[in-house]
Order: sequence, then structure tokens, then C-alpha cells
Amino acid sequence: MAPRDRGATDPAGRRELLTPGDVARTIARMAHQVIEKTSLDASEARPVVLLGIPTRGVPLARRLAAKIAEFTDVTVPTGTLDVTLYRDDLRRRPTRPLGATELPASGVDDALVILVDDVLFSGRTIRSALDALRDAGRPRAVQLAVLVDRGHRELPIRADYVGKNVPTARTEEVSVLFAEIDGRDAVLLNRGDTP
Amino acid sequence: MRHLLGADRLDADTALAILDTADGLKRTLLGREVKKLPTLRGRTVITMFYENSTRTRVSFEIAGKWMSADVVNVSAGGSSVGKGESLRDTALTLAAAGADCVIVRHPASGAAHRLAGWLSDVGTCVVNAGDGTHEHPTQALLDAATLRDRLGGIDGRRIGIVGDVLHSRVARSNVHLLTTLGAEVVVVAPPTLLPTALADWPVSGLTVSYDLDAELPTLDAVMMLRVQAERMHGGFFPSAREYAVHYGLNATRLAMLPEHAVVLHPGPMLRGMEIAHAVADSPRAAITEQVANGVHVRMAVLYHLLAGEEDQA
Amino acid sequence: MIVLKNVRPYGEDAVDIRVEDGVITEIGKDLTAGEIFDAQGAVALPGFVDLHTHLREPGREDTETIETGSRAAALGGYTAVFAMANTDPVADNAVVVEHVWRRGREVGLVDVHPVGAVTVGLKGEKLAELGTMARSQANVRLFSDDGLCVADPLIMRRALEYTKALDAVIAQHAEEPRLTVGAQAHEGETAARLGLAGWPAVAEEAIVARDCLLARHVGARLHVCHVSTAGTVDVLAWAKARGTRVSAEVTPHHLLLDDSRLATYDPVNKVNPPLRGHSDAAALRQALADGVVDCVATDHAPHAPQDKDCEWSAARPGMLGLQTALGIVVKTMVEPGLLDWRGVARVMSERPAEIAGLPDHGRPIAVGEPATLALVDPDARWTVDGAALASIAGNTPYEGMELPGAVIATLLRGRFTARDGKVA
Repeated sequence: MAPRDRGATDPAGRRELLTPGDVARTIARMAHQVIEKTSLDASEARPVVLLGIPTRGVPLARRLAAKIAEFTDVTVPTGTLDVTLYRDDLRRRPTRPLGATELPASGVDDALVILVDDVLFSGRTIRSALDALRDAGRPRAVQLAVLVDRGHRELPIRADYVGKNVPTARTEEVSVLFAEIDGRDAVLLNRGDTP
Repeated sequence: MRHLLGADRLDADTALAILDTADGLKRTLLGREVKKLPTLRGRTVITMFYENSTRTRVSFEIAGKWMSADVVNVSAGGSSVGKGESLRDTALTLAAAGADCVIVRHPASGAAHRLAGWLSDVGTCVVNAGDGTHEHPTQALLDAATLRDRLGGIDGRRIGIVGDVLHSRVARSNVHLLTTLGAEVVVVAPPTLLPTALADWPVSGLTVSYDLDAELPTLDAVMMLRVQAERMHGGFFPSAREYAVHYGLNATRLAMLPEHAVVLHPGPMLRGMEIAHAVADSPRAAITEQVANGVHVRMAVLYHLLAGEEDQA
Repeated sequence: MIVLKNVRPYGEDAVDIRVEDGVITEIGKDLTAGEIFDAQGAVALPGFVDLHTHLREPGREDTETIETGSRAAALGGYTAVFAMANTDPVADNAVVVEHVWRRGREVGLVDVHPVGAVTVGLKGEKLAELGTMARSQANVRLFSDDGLCVADPLIMRRALEYTKALDAVIAQHAEEPRLTVGAQAHEGETAARLGLAGWPAVAEEAIVARDCLLARHVGARLHVCHVSTAGTVDVLAWAKARGTRVSAEVTPHHLLLDDSRLATYDPVNKVNPPLRGHSDAAALRQALADGVVDCVATDHAPHAPQDKDCEWSAARPGMLGLQTALGIVVKTMVEPGLLDWRGVARVMSERPAEIAGLPDHGRPIAVGEPATLALVDPDARWTVDGAALASIAGNTPYEGMELPGAVIATLLRGRFTARDGKVA
């Protein structure tokens, strides 16, 4: 329990699980794992594409790509994959605006696609992403990278790269903040309705 | 959004959200071989057309099918609609049969509003696909989508709507939507084809003119309305020839428009009457883009109506 | 013998009224009798006379019958109603008008006077047998093609001329047919926005002006049905000022409602002539107060649900009026101070009785006069419920509206026809 107790609690009652420094270190570690697992820096490496799932999978994919470039001088094509139209829970929430799907010019056919999202929870978003990806092309293989895995899977889905495993209660909420969108980097735990 | 009955009830945020969704759908489907999204799987959409309009019905049908909805077409010819069943009974029957959305085209102004009232208890949503001489909101949305593509935006643009405004639901919907989105709209027609007291309409940014030539150089876009055959014999103007001379968009008038200006027409066109052949086929005309945008806009409308929580206001 | 205790004739000082053999025999204080009706300070008015009622019998007994319409009339304070001729078959002959008259007598709740059609089949082409209807048992004195206009100026001239010999009056539904082809709603900003074909005010005003000129030319009387526009008020004022023998009625709905109600497209608001603009309604209220418009007539028009619960253009025009007329008059005329209770007696009873030539209606509340009265609780307020009205049809535009003034009793020649909200 030590990590969870480490962060400070903000005025909204959210506990900081990862500080900006933690976020940067975690992403760097994930970048190394990607390089290692995909042999990105090998001489005859096969194409790899990072696809961020809006909203916060997008900056995460870009940062991973930047770190990979920093460590290897390899530029990994990066794009975005919106899954809204493929969700199975549309009727449970107010109408969602669509996010952007922007595939790299090289496309995804025969590439190793790494889906990138901020938090892995039920797995439904990733299932939607797999459906969306099928309509976008035919990758050689698909992997998954997430900054936080908080458990409570409802589908047989697991991540290939996990920044941090965070055991949570179902009522709790995990928020990932990125400076590009939120003005600062952090991972917060909101205890939800529980006192 | 529970129903789409008229552009008069659309606020700018909702209209822009629909246009953005249409844009997103267009980009998503661009270059795809299989134009099929699973979004509305299991939802039933019924088109109920009491007037013939192949283009609008097909556009809605494709929109529904590309979103994986089950689309059923009811036409006045092939059902109890033609046997004198009341609109209310037909609507309640279709709702009871499980329609999640009814898309209605009807010759009576207000028919879609009435349907929405009768279906208020059953949760079926209603899309107005043209009611009498009242509104045709999806046409206005697709026109707005086309103008956004061509002009980069609508706010602050000056748009002319020319022709039989009196009997045009397309004109009414566009007047509401384009002014809501910040455009200046000038309606140009002979006085006999203008609705009563246009100047008193609770719409800001709307002006009226009888003189097309005077307006053309000021316009960013001109929307030519169809002149229906029955109007030609209704004494609204002396002859088709005189109408074409005064209000038709020919090559000379096309040259009076600014370089960047766009020509729209909701179709079907009467070439040689309100629009000259050469104008309709010129690169300034966005008429085929309008048709393409029609599908994406109608997909977006179905998405906003059917892909959210059920009991949204 | 009945004594009406504690009534206020025309809203003035409270008295007791003794009624014997259908006639007022004594007005005073502390009268006693076998049957006492304590009116608790209700306003006594002469029983109301409606020059414009659609009772739908014969032909549309699914929406109203002479019996149910008579009940609605009695509950609304009416003691005489004029049943319009647009029945099926049309009341353009003695057989039909005598049938209506007889049925009215059998029901006995209100004097039902049939209106005869001006032209055969309401077609506007050939005069109906006006004289035969006038001399029938029904004693027709009011002729109208209501619902349709006698548009042909020559036919109208002949009708006006011919009725001079019958001591009768032509009641014109003023609607220039060419100007109202396909018309669905008042031609104005609202209808234009809603895409409803316009019914222009000038289509009424042009016919009223023409008919006033014709009536003056041939020296005949003219009655203008359901005046709906400010322009018609001007025409009437002008015609009256130059001595034309013209009278006019206004409906309660044109006094109260306007075309702002159309936004829902609910055809309960569809009526002919249509609900007009806000300023028209204001002009009509003033004209009624000034006497330029003589009286209130309901244009009570029951319609079946399937003829209203449909799209606007398919719906039939018309709305119920008999039981809500007084409340609307109180709301639009009495409460704002445009009419006092004597004024109400004038516009609801005295003038219409005079226009139609009814000798025993619209009489003063005085000894020796018929005890044909409406007793009104001026302080009561009630909520309109279409299903609870006596008519078979329920097409009231006032559903859920709270109205002031309730009729607590109606007497026709000394007999209660309605009492405490129930038909007696």
C-alpha cells in the first residue's frame, strides 16, 4: 500500500499516485520496453505504428514516440484511432463527440500496431479499438500499452506494456493528466462516493 | 436532442456538434472499401415518405445502413398509408413494431411535430425529412456542411437564397440554421414568392431583396431554389421565361459573384429555369458535394439521436 | 312558484325574484315561497342568445346532437341558440329546419332556432326557398351559408333584397374564396414561418365592405358572422356611421386567442376564420365594448377526435364554445373593465335577441317579463376539462385553462334548465 499513501491529497479529495517526475520516468521505462520487445533498433526491424486512443492515449503515444526517438534515433509512425463509433456503451452516456482518427501515411497494413491508452479498466475500449482497427486495415499484430492498469477486466484483454499497476476499488476513479491537455502531468485516484 | 423537427429549434452548439460529427464520419469513411460502422447495430430506423423523394429517402437509407441500423422503408404507395390510415395510427403502429426512429416526409406542414407529440410516450425519435412548406432541417445541415467545406466557415459570411422562398422548406430551414451559425442571409425573390412579413421574423441577420443582380457581388454563396411546375401556372409570375431572365443564375450572373463564391442547389434542378446548364456544371457549383455531405450529415443526425442515453432532453 | 333569493340583477343590489307561470311576478326583499333557490349573491342576467351554433344534427351525431348541444347551451347560460345550416342534409328546405326545430322543442332545454341556408346545398349558386323556410313551423328569420361565403355578388344582392319581405337577416361568413384558396392560418409572420398557407385579413374585410355597400344599396339588413380582424372593425364603424343596417358578432376565441398558439400545430387551434394577430384580438375587444361589434356568438363547432388528432391541414376548423363563452367574456371584457354586467347582458343576450327578432329573449329583468335568466357566480373560477363538457366532442382550445365566472343556474320561462353545474 505504500505507493498509494505516498501522494498528497488535492483540494478535490484526489490522491496523487504519480507525480510529474513519476510520469516522465514511467513513460521512459515503457519506451525502453517497447524498444526491447519489438526489436525496434534491430537492423531489419519490421514496421511498428503507435496509435493513441483519444483523448489521453494520444499525447501518451506521442511521448512514447519521442522517447523512442531519443533512445534509438528511430522515428515510429504515430497516429490516432477513435473508437467512439465502435463502443458498446454509447447508450449509457450522453452523446459523445467523435475523436479524430488519423492513421500515419504509411497506413497500418502489415505493421505491428501498438494501441496506446491512458488507463486500462474493463477492456471495452480496447475491444472497440480492435474493431475499429479491423476496419482501418490489416496489421501484422496488435499490442497494447497503457500508463495505468487498474484491474476489473470484463473481457479477456491484457496489456503488453504497463506503466503502473494500481489496485483499485470499482467505485474509485483513476484520472491521468497530461500537460498537453490538462496543464500538468499526474495520475490521481479519486475515491468516488466512498468516504 | 430527442427529435430533429426543425432548424428553428437548433442552437448553434448542437448544430455545430452535428456538423463536426458529420465531418468526423466523412474522414473516418474516406477511402474505405467497406463503408460500415457498427454504431447503430440493433436500432431500427423507419423512413415514412408520404411524398416521392428518391434522393432524400435514399440518402437517409444509406446513412442508416452505413451505421448498421436496420432501415425499413415505408412508402405511401405500398402500405396501409395509401389506404387512408391516419398518420397517427401509422406512427403508433410503427412505434409499437419497434421503431427507434421514424424519418418522415409529409406534404402537411407540422406533420413531424404532430408525430413527435404522438410518440412522446414511447421513446421513438422523429426526424423531419421535409414537412409541407415548413422545414427540411437535414437539407439545411448538409448545405451548412458544404458551405463550411468550401468557405472555411459560416460565421460572418453573406449567403443569398434565391427563388420560391414562399413554398420552400429548404429556404426556411436555411434561414434559421445559417443565421444561427452567424451568417447574414439575404432572401431574393419576386414579391409574390416571399413569405409574409419576413422582416418581422424573429431572426437576426435576415434581409430581403427583389434584385438579384444587386446582391450577387456581395455574396459568398448563392443557393438557388427549385421553381416547382405548379407555381409557374399559379400566377406567381408572368412566365417561366421572365422568371429565368430576372432570377435565373446564368453565366453572366455567375461572373458577377466574387471569385470564391459557391453555388448551391438542393435539387432536383430545372436546368435553364433557375439555373443555367453551364452554371450547374461549373466548378463553382457544389451540387454533387451537397449530395455526398447529405449522407454524412444524416449519419450524424442519427448518431446524435440514437447513440446517446435514451432519456436525454 | 319559485323564489330566487339573493340575486343581483346586472350585478347591482341584491333582491329576491318571484317567478310564477314562467314570468317574473315580483321583485323585492324577503320574499317567500314553496321552492326557494338561494343564489347567494349571483349576478342575474337575461338568458344568453347564441346566433351561431353548430349542433351537427342531422348528419354528424357522432360529434354533437341537438340534445347534447342543448345541454351544453343550458349549462353555459344560454336560453336560445341558432343552429347553423351546414348539416347533412343541409338545412336549405322546410323539412330539415322543421326537424331541427321540433327536436329542439322535444329536448326543451333551450330554444333551438334553425338557421336556413341562403343557397341550395350551400353552393352559392341558387337561392334556397327562403320564404318557405320563413313561413314553416320553424319560423326561420336568420339565413346563412356559414362555413362558406355567399361570394357571388349578384347572389348576395338578391338574397339581401329578397329577405326584406321576410323580416329576416342574412348572416354572412365573410371569406373571399379566391383569396383563401388552400388557406390554413392567419396570413402573418407566424403562419409564414410555420409554412401554413395564409388566410389574409383582406379576404374578410373585402367581403364585409362589399356586403355593407350592397345592403345599403338595396336597403336590407346584414349580419356579419365571426368578425376576426381590426380592419373589419374599421369597415363596420364606417358602414354604421353612414346608416347601413349592419350588425356583427365576435366569437369568444377571437377575443381571447391569437395565432401565437399555432406553434405546436395542434389543430385544436384551427378555426375559420383563423385565430388572428394579437392586435386584432385587442381591436375586437374594444369594438365589442364600443358597440361597433354588436354581440358575442360562439361558433360552437364540435368535431370528432379523428378530425382533430391529425396533421394541421387535414383537420377540420372549429372549436367548442357554448360552455366557455361566459368565462371568456368575463376574462377578456369584464375583468379588464371593458364591459360591466349590463354590457354583458347587452352583448350576450339583448342585442343577439334583437338581431334575430326573438320577442321573448333578451328582455329586461322586470315584473311581467319572462323568467328567462342566467345566474352567474362572478367570483367562481373553474378549470376547463374538455371531457367533462356536455358536448360529445371535446375539442376545446381552453383545456386546462382557469376561467372566471360560472353559470350556477339557467332558467327558461321560469323552469330551471341548468342548476349547480348540472342539467336540470
